[in-house]
Amino acid sequence: MLLKKYLGPLNKENPILVQVLGVCSALAVTAQVKPAVVMGISVAVVCGFSNLILSLLRNTIPQRVRIIVQLVIVAALVIIVDQFLKAYFYDISKMLSVFVSLIITNCIVMGRIEAFALSHKPIPSFIDGLANGIGYGLVLLIVSFFRELLGSGTLWNHQVIPQSFYSNGYLNNGLMVLPPMALIIIGVIIWIQRSIHKELQEE
Amino acid sequence: MGYSLTSIFFKSIFTNNMVFAYFLGMCSYLAVSKNVRTSFGLGMAVCFVLIITVPVNYLINKYLLEPGALEWLSDKFNNVDLSYLSLIIFIAVIASITQILEMIIERFSSSLYNALGIYLPLIAVNCAILGCSLFMQEYHFPNLAYSTIYAAGCGIGWMLAIVAFAAIRERLKFSNIPKPLKGLGIAYITTGLMGMAFMALTGM
Repeated sequence: MLLKKYLGPLNKENPILVQVLGVCSALAVTAQVKPAVVMGISVAVVCGFSNLILSLLRNTIPQRVRIIVQLVIVAALVIIVDQFLKAYFYDISKMLSVFVSLIITNCIVMGRIEAFALSHKPIPSFIDGLANGIGYGLVLLIVSFFRELLGSGTLWNHQVIPQSFYSNGYLNNGLMVLPPMALIIIGVIIWIQRSIHKELQEE
Repeated sequence: MGYSLTSIFFKSIFTNNMVFAYFLGMCSYLAVSKNVRTSFGLGMAVCFVLIITVPVNYLINKYLLEPGALEWLSDKFNNVDLSYLSLIIFIAVIASITQILEMIIERFSSSLYNALGIYLPLIAVNCAILGCSLFMQEYHFPNLAYSTIYAAGCGIGWMLAIVAFAAIRERLKFSNIPKPLKGLGIAYITTGLMGMAFMALTGM
């Protein structure tokens, strides 16, 4: 039962598909699988640790200035992640450009702090943050899988679609690499998810 | 980016539109676009905040944070590079300016304040605002006028997107959509189609 509660963000309470949080950065980084996975891990780390830290501090922060305190703590974590990526994965951090910095304004992080960390104990908050980050990463993975496979015929930068297809006239779908297709793929994912879970449908 | 002011202005409205090209500010874009009036108000607020924050951040970046920016203080600071601090400083500037804006709107226009309600504090964490400052830092604009024009373009582009989307959404209420697609699903697909339409303006 407890486990089920924490696994919610992976499906029925998914931050992108159901809570509509953190859509902003979700779409721009999904043209290829590799940056999408890195982005998902970064968000999960930031989300988990910011929930942990703010849950530890929750009784000492005055109500009125809490937004600023939250922003500063999240910003510090994001700077650490950003510097880490620049040091060890330079090419990916170039590809992600400003979107790593934009984790700071990712509504998942702020939303989970407000909705969960400020009213729960540290360990559950940490797990909740991590689970939401993973749920976010999962959607990124699905979207980037289809975009990279259909758009460039590769996965994780390896050629997947054999050369013989191309010589017989198969063409990559160039539109998949462009931004609007990410939105349409997410729309379709929502469509499938809501046909399975009828209780999520809107009136 | 082009070099003249007009080309920067129009590029940031149409081809590099914050919503359709970079997906910035999507959260409030999807949440507040239920009717045209409210979304117009939010669009104006975003425009206003952008036009104030981006030039302020530009000056901070140019005279405090960039590599070698502290040269005007003393020759000794030639090699100082504070750019890793830019994120914290930008977000602090944005958060404080939105706080001030909230107080001003509450004082002078209570109808707008009631309409926007809880979304005003959200402007502080609207990625379009921070994103615009970060892009400004990447483009290395030569002077203040460029950054102001760029901010105005981004703001107008964002407003254009949300107002157009709200208008479409008001119509969508009466159309016959498959049940699982209602609400959020069709909102994403519509935005994708609008993005494709905007792509046609590339290379203008």
